[in-house]
Amino acid sequence: MLKKKLVMIGNGMAGVRAIEEILKANPDMFDITIFGAEKYPNYNRIMLSPVLAGDTTVEDIILNDEQWYADNGITLHMGKRIKEIQRGYKKVIAEDGTEAEYDNLIIATGSDPFIIPVPGHDKDGVMAFRDIDDCDKMFAAAKKYKKAAVIGGGLLGLEAAKGLLNLGMEATVIHDQATLMNMQLDSVAGEMLRADLEEQGMHFKVSTLTTEVTGDERVSGLKFKDGSSLECDLLIMAVGIRPNMALAKDCGIYCNRGIVVNDYMQTVTDPSVYSVGECAEHRGIAYGLVAPLFEQAKVLAYQITGQGLKAYQGSVVSTKLKVSGVDVFSAGDFMGGPGADVLELMDRVGGVYKKLVLEDDKIKGVVMFGDTADGPTFFQWMQDAKDVSEQRSSLLFSASGLGDSGHSGIDLVSAMADDTIVCGCNGVSKKDIVDSIVTKGLTTRKEVTSCTKAAGSCGGCADLVDQLLASTLGTAFVESDHEPICGCTDLNHEQVKEQIKTKKLTMVREVMNVLEWKKEGCQVCRPAINYYIGMLFPEDSEDDRSSRIANEKMHANIQKDGTFSVIPRIYGGETTPDDLIRIATVAKKYDVPTVKITGGQRIDLLGVKKEDLTAMWKDLDMPSGFAYGKALRTVKTCVGSKWCRFGTQDSTSLGIHLEKRLDRIWFPAKVKFGVSGCPRNCAEATIKDIGIVGVEGGWEISTGGNGGVHVVATELLCIVETAEEVEEVSKAYLQHYRETGRHNERTAPWQKRVGLESIKALVVDDLESRRALVARMDAYIATQDQDPWAARVADAEKEEINRFSEYKRIDIPVRVEA
Amino acid sequence: MSKTATWIEVCKLDEIPPSQARTVNAGDTVVAVFRLTDDRVKALENRCPHKDGPLAEGIVSGDDILCPLHNWRIHLDDGVVAAPDEGCVKTYPVKVENGQVFLSLN
Repeated sequence: MLKKKLVMIGNGMAGVRAIEEILKANPDMFDITIFGAEKYPNYNRIMLSPVLAGDTTVEDIILNDEQWYADNGITLHMGKRIKEIQRGYKKVIAEDGTEAEYDNLIIATGSDPFIIPVPGHDKDGVMAFRDIDDCDKMFAAAKKYKKAAVIGGGLLGLEAAKGLLNLGMEATVIHDQATLMNMQLDSVAGEMLRADLEEQGMHFKVSTLTTEVTGDERVSGLKFKDGSSLECDLLIMAVGIRPNMALAKDCGIYCNRGIVVNDYMQTVTDPSVYSVGECAEHRGIAYGLVAPLFEQAKVLAYQITGQGLKAYQGSVVSTKLKVSGVDVFSAGDFMGGPGADVLELMDRVGGVYKKLVLEDDKIKGVVMFGDTADGPTFFQWMQDAKDVSEQRSSLLFSASGLGDSGHSGIDLVSAMADDTIVCGCNGVSKKDIVDSIVTKGLTTRKEVTSCTKAAGSCGGCADLVDQLLASTLGTAFVESDHEPICGCTDLNHEQVKEQIKTKKLTMVREVMNVLEWKKEGCQVCRPAINYYIGMLFPEDSEDDRSSRIANEKMHANIQKDGTFSVIPRIYGGETTPDDLIRIATVAKKYDVPTVKITGGQRIDLLGVKKEDLTAMWKDLDMPSGFAYGKALRTVKTCVGSKWCRFGTQDSTSLGIHLEKRLDRIWFPAKVKFGVSGCPRNCAEATIKDIGIVGVEGGWEISTGGNGGVHVVATELLCIVETAEEVEEVSKAYLQHYRETGRHNERTAPWQKRVGLESIKALVVDDLESRRALVARMDAYIATQDQDPWAARVADAEKEEINRFSEYKRIDIPVRVEA
Repeated sequence: MSKTATWIEVCKLDEIPPSQARTVNAGDTVVAVFRLTDDRVKALENRCPHKDGPLAEGIVSGDDILCPLHNWRIHLDDGVVAAPDEGCVKTYPVKVENGQVFLSLN
């Protein structure tokens, strides 16, 4: 398949992060070209202040070296400034004449420092503090000159002034407001900060407006509105940034404060052009901090690789000043209006000030000075809208007693109390997990699960367990994707499948022997092996019932009291009076305690004794509903055009047809369909494994949805015209899933793992591959010629002993000893 | 007071599917009789100490049975539950003679 061309203008943190996310989502989708005006690869701009202050070096803040671009096949043009975007021709042109065509364009041009246009602002020695070149200039200036002035008492200005102090210059900060960092700090914290910095040798002129830069060719001083003046031979302007949007504006893309983008980071003017980072304006805000940019990058990647809709909702930001020896943290609405619920702690001697603004027992804003360890925790609680009424009395002394390192997820688990239940299904606390990791030296989620049971049931806490592993172990943590199937083997799903295939192993025991299983096989690996054998050799293998879990072995769902439930097929959810009468008669005859309509438009008979199962199936004389298996479960339909006044397509008939075609197939995990007759989608098709929605003149097929622990909406696979095509594409998709899915992996995570685009290529675009998949599926269907209930009924009627005799009941006399 | 085992005929070994179990009702007691991979037989009360799961429907893994409800692992020889879970299931003497399975409820 021909790759699409992706061009990015700008080689900064936000843009390159977006590229990283795109490569993560689908490494083969794009040919990528990046133009960067600077002559450096992507570096960590927020670490420029420490570079200036001498705390680190330029080499240390490079995020992606040139090798990274090469390794990922990215064409990098460093030091080439783009002069024009020609949207009509879909190409960009650099100042040196280099051109690049694109299918998709990302504008990540960042921002320029704002230079106040006072008289004399263009003299030598007047500069901004924005990139590595600025750093170099300041290093050079510090060798020749002595007196530096910085206009702007915000984050960047203070960091620049501190850097100049470290370089041996005198530094005076001129700020137009009374409070330093007034965007982030209240007056109390601002004062404490000023006192601290003055102690370090910094000078301040606050509430002061600069009116003129004086000097001949080079700056020699400043004049202020109050008539005073200051001598200086280096002037840094750090009063803010302006989104760099000239290129976008020139080619007719709508710009306001920045390049205006929608919730998917597409420019509102041209959906093939994206913008991310400081140059983008989202819902009226152009962010100048790094955290929101990463979130934007993720959303952009999600959208551009066609993974579906994931909207950027805007960000709440927090700030931390990077001046050594001074700890400042702030987030949210920290001022607190009149009548606000404010908690304050002030320790002037210890130099600690903490202020929390609460509303309805939830944190709205935070300012911290001197001791900022709890900042990230408070910030997390603020974003989570956590009720803090219980901690209120001790909140300002310590939120968690834990540190303030970077990764948000790990922060979350770090902030968790020891007795917080991580795994709700099995009641496993954070402490249980951390203790077992430490004392037993565990390194994988599987090991944690086998030792503590956490993440062993619904799996909803798997991410939290991974985070606990990561935070406890650091780099020793083994990512779960490459883990062995279970503790019985060192091989993972793919390796086992490959070995079964190449060695043509057709029995579960044989597989375990040949592949040197360490144990006898458990409920995780044995059903998986059994599935892979049946999938690879449908005609030359026999199902191993002893390797099936209870439900699949018995063809009925085991209940908590050891009884079973029986669900017959009701194709497409459409039934008849005769079938209903039969179900009702059977329910009465066998004293079924509960008769329940299921979520999948079927009828569940609950509380059936094992020894009644075969007789009941015989009386029902309906096909097995496979509600017990990793198989096709329900095909949920709406009434469709047959009755509905809005219906555009006959969804019921299509649903019935599909269910009849696919009703006896084993899959890696259960499969559910939804078929809706119109986009009103009454069959809730978009949270099923395959969702089919009728539209005028055709059907939309979307896949990989899930309504379980983690709700996932389907992603659009394709639009087809006829019901036959729906069947063909569905079969091809499902056969691809059968062949490449891991046992117990639903379509949602599978689709995410293998990538929608690669599935599309094989199932939709490449007709030859589609037909081959359908042919394999049809061949498999042909082997599944008998309904399992009918088969068990036939076995039960035979006199001789057979391998299904376990349904029968054995009674023995009880002998009472004398 | 010593008791000698009173052996009760249960079924033929062939009537237990390989690596699976049969449930045997003896008054109020339900016993699961397991046939292991190598045709040895074991008997346990058919009730997991966790949530009363019917052990006979579980997966036989070597000399262990995995409860079908929540995968507790129970040793078939002594009925002891494997860590991290705790507990014990009552075991019963069981033997095979001439293809016939005998169980003792003593």
